Amino acid sequence: MSTTLPPFEEIVATHGPTVLRVCRAVLGPMDADDAWSETFLAALRAYPTLQPGSNVEAWLVTIAHRKAIDQTRARARRPIPVDPLPEHPAPSEETRLDGALWNAMQALPFKQRMAVAYHYVAGMPYADVAAITGGTQDAARRAAADGIATLRKTYGEGGPR
Amino acid sequence: MMTTHEPREPEGSDLFAALPVIDAETTRKLHDRLVRDAQTAGLLDVAYRTIDSPVGPLLLAATAKGLVRVAYGCEDHDKVLERLARDLSPRILHAPARLDVAAKEIDEYFAGLRQGFDLPVDFSLAHGFRRLVLTRLRAIGYGQTVSYAAIAVAAGSPKAVRAVGTACATNPIPVVVPCHRVVRSDGSIGQYVGGADAKKALLTLEAAA
Repeated sequence: MSTTLPPFEEIVATHGPTVLRVCRAVLGPMDADDAWSETFLAALRAYPTLQPGSNVEAWLVTIAHRKAIDQTRARARRPIPVDPLPEHPAPSEETRLDGALWNAMQALPFKQRMAVAYHYVAGMPYADVAAITGGTQDAARRAAADGIATLRKTYGEGGPR
Repeated sequence: MMTTHEPREPEGSDLFAALPVIDAETTRKLHDRLVRDAQTAGLLDVAYRTIDSPVGPLLLAATAKGLVRVAYGCEDHDKVLERLARDLSPRILHAPARLDVAAKEIDEYFAGLRQGFDLPVDFSLAHGFRRLVLTRLRAIGYGQTVSYAAIAVAAGSPKAVRAVGTACATNPIPVVVPCHRVVRSDGSIGQYVGGADAKKALLTLEAAA
């Protein structure tokens, strides 16, 4: 049905995993859960005004993008902790597996990281990526290509084992 | 730099393709947190859960005001949720906690341990005469049956027997609002939103007490 919005539960089930991967790609595994939670709460708030038939994933990634910028700014202001923060639970097995790639991504410049996350992790076309990050489609394509090239060197050809 | 910027699309996909899927535990924790945050922020317009019962799986849904929907499996729970999104609000989450009391009371009812429900109900899905009929149904005691015609009289419209039938057939909160206690004047049990077998099962359960 394109004339009515599906229950929000369906949005969470369908797009939650992709948005979490995008958050991990952009912010790293530690801050990803907070960004995901803020993204979906903001999305729930705005959901009744979303046009039925909209590209929900692009809408969610746009919200996640804003939350990621907020978090990146907050992180810049936050003092670097000497000890590991106690409220962070031990990373799960899956987070540890994911961790190496996400950590490699954290070393990328912001624009490249965004372009790689939105194109390769969220699977969005460059036109949509550019609409979110600003700039041209070609610039988004170049940023993603540069990012992937760097990841190849820092993370390796083989991918996770 | 030896890097060229040829737009070879799948170039980087393999880096991410091999990653494991998000595990169920992470998904559950994030979902729980979303439900808590939504509840705190007043954004959980409709909470739902399903329970098992002797008449099949039941979907329970509640607004902040109270129980707004009980749906039989034959109504197709996915379709019921779609209609709730359209008729009430699309801010719907699987949030069992809000329905703990309803689930407990319905369990007790089917176990023969409870004869009445004391939980708030929300008649938002019923309008006009149908809503009036539903409020009258709550007065029919456990184990009793009343004819459609008698309800029409009680609702102040003795000729509206068919409309009473429609109100019962479209009761959004069956079991808790006992439309199953309304039967035909000739004594046959009549139709039911959950099917005639379910109606028979509820009447048999109540007759045994």
